Amino acid sequence: MNIHPEKNLSTEKYITASCLISHSIVYLNDKAVFENKADSVSAFLDNAYQHFDLKYPKFYKMDNLSKLGVLGSDIMLKENFIPGKYQPAETGIVLMNASASLDTDIKYYKTVSEIASPALFVYTLPNIVIGEICIRNNFKGENAFFVFKNFDGKFMARYVNNLFDNGVIEACICGWLELIEEKYKLVLLLVEKEKTNQSIVFTEDNINKIYGIDNG
Amino acid sequence: MREVFVVSDNILSPLGSTTAENLDRLKKGFSGIQMHDRTDMSPKPFYASLIPDNILHDDKKSLTRFEKAIITSVEDALKQTSLDITGKDTVLIISSTKGNISLLETEDQNNSLKEKISLPHSAELIASHFHFSNQPVIISHACISGLLAIITGMRLIQSGQFENAVITGADMITKFVLSGFQSFQAISPEPCKPFDAKRKGISLGEGAATLILSAEKKYSPSKIKITGGSVSNDANHISGPSRTGEELFLAMNKAMKQANVSKNEIDFISAHGTATLYNDDMEAKAINLADMQSIPVNSLKGYYGHTLGAAGLIESIISIHSLSDNIILPTLGFDKPGTAKPIHVSNKMQTGNYKKVLKTASGFGGCNAAMVMCKDEG
Repeated sequence: MNIHPEKNLSTEKYITASCLISHSIVYLNDKAVFENKADSVSAFLDNAYQHFDLKYPKFYKMDNLSKLGVLGSDIMLKENFIPGKYQPAETGIVLMNASASLDTDIKYYKTVSEIASPALFVYTLPNIVIGEICIRNNFKGENAFFVFKNFDGKFMARYVNNLFDNGVIEACICGWLELIEEKYKLVLLLVEKEKTNQSIVFTEDNINKIYGIDNG
Repeated sequence: MREVFVVSDNILSPLGSTTAENLDRLKKGFSGIQMHDRTDMSPKPFYASLIPDNILHDDKKSLTRFEKAIITSVEDALKQTSLDITGKDTVLIISSTKGNISLLETEDQNNSLKEKISLPHSAELIASHFHFSNQPVIISHACISGLLAIITGMRLIQSGQFENAVITGADMITKFVLSGFQSFQAISPEPCKPFDAKRKGISLGEGAATLILSAEKKYSPSKIKITGGSVSNDANHISGPSRTGEELFLAMNKAMKQANVSKNEIDFISAHGTATLYNDDMEAKAINLADMQSIPVNSLKGYYGHTLGAAGLIESIISIHSLSDNIILPTLGFDKPGTAKPIHVSNKMQTGNYKKVLKTASGFGGCNAAMVMCKDEG
């Protein structure tokens, strides 16, 4: 008999899909699915968009950080997520990076001496990519954008687990989304309560393994 | 669920360098918003609430204005408590939208500049100045940053990960920020008029603020608690608010549910109230969806301007002291109602026996946040 059921709310959550984009390669659930040695990050992002046939013309209006995030989340969710499985408010997005929106900050500030660009200014906030992913998928749940010098799998695991354990979310897209000039890295995870054939438990160690941090 | 108590706080703004000074000026109806003719920021004069340099911490010349503002604010909040924040059981949370972005305007672009501009760089300087043990948590989430920072602090204490949280935030107004809002035609040609029929946009403001929270009631002189918080996204537009206010309503509802309070128990709402046409209409719609249109609502933007990453902190701290002092502040700048749905805008100082307040914020990227603060009745 469970005497204190309210104290046993914490259960395992599962990483049911993942996407990693780095060094011109896209990995879906640990498998390389696209490689493209483009001259620039902008060209790489556009080539990947066409390759995966994402059919979302708004993509071309976004800054590179948002393009990377929308690309990664679209690729990850395409075959691993049933739209409408959760209520809009039940899906959360928690992201982190090191440079916030500095890539676009620099581009925006170059326009200020001529005519300041409102289309660029709106992207000078790191959480805009969360807004773009929410618009694309009609996600309305919890959001947070954290800035850390390096990826912090421990913080991510605890923060997201806590949101699940308190009934705030039923599903979460979380991860690392860094882009500054020609350097970029995206690691996105889809976290859910039910396990699947390919899922692994959502733990600090497993997050770090997918991110590529060698614990050995 | 563990309780989370307010230990101490600070507001650093043109209205003063302590919360007490700020509150005193607010009660007298003073505003920090003035006309500024600063060609380093804007070719034409503009209204804003700017911090004079002489109230900033000045021991270390190498620090930026942003870093000095945070250090000055944290120092004053720490002075008021015996709580030891140097242990592993305390987390430092820093909220800012643009941090050291002013360096882009004044320094040559190279790798050392990119390092100095980054929020983790400032956070490390601040953490080591006060001897915090843990890596600081930084939140950069547009205009809900300050409120999300407090909600995060509440969650980290409720879940038992930390005993105490020092939550601080600041934003400075620079050419970068001002030109951006000007490019959106969002800056009011007069001091902003939240929720007013003739509102013409926002006034920007500089501010820093610090709120210290603890699971230990004994450190809390006011016994005021943070009892619930929630964040939502409009999933509608990155630079325009929801057409319906439904998503802010969702966050308000969830925050009240977590706090276990009903809408009728809320004594007043401290709204975002930026004085743009669309934001204030959206908030009025959300307040009506919550059926809270008869509850007094105030916006503090007429006193402080929009202080961006500090706004949620400053406005929550003023709300906490409003509960302690049993007052509801008027909405400076508001004259005639004129939102898409009617709401009860507080337009004169009210006194009573107030126990619970709901704070809201919304921002670019379609984000909304809501939080409940309560007097301890136990």
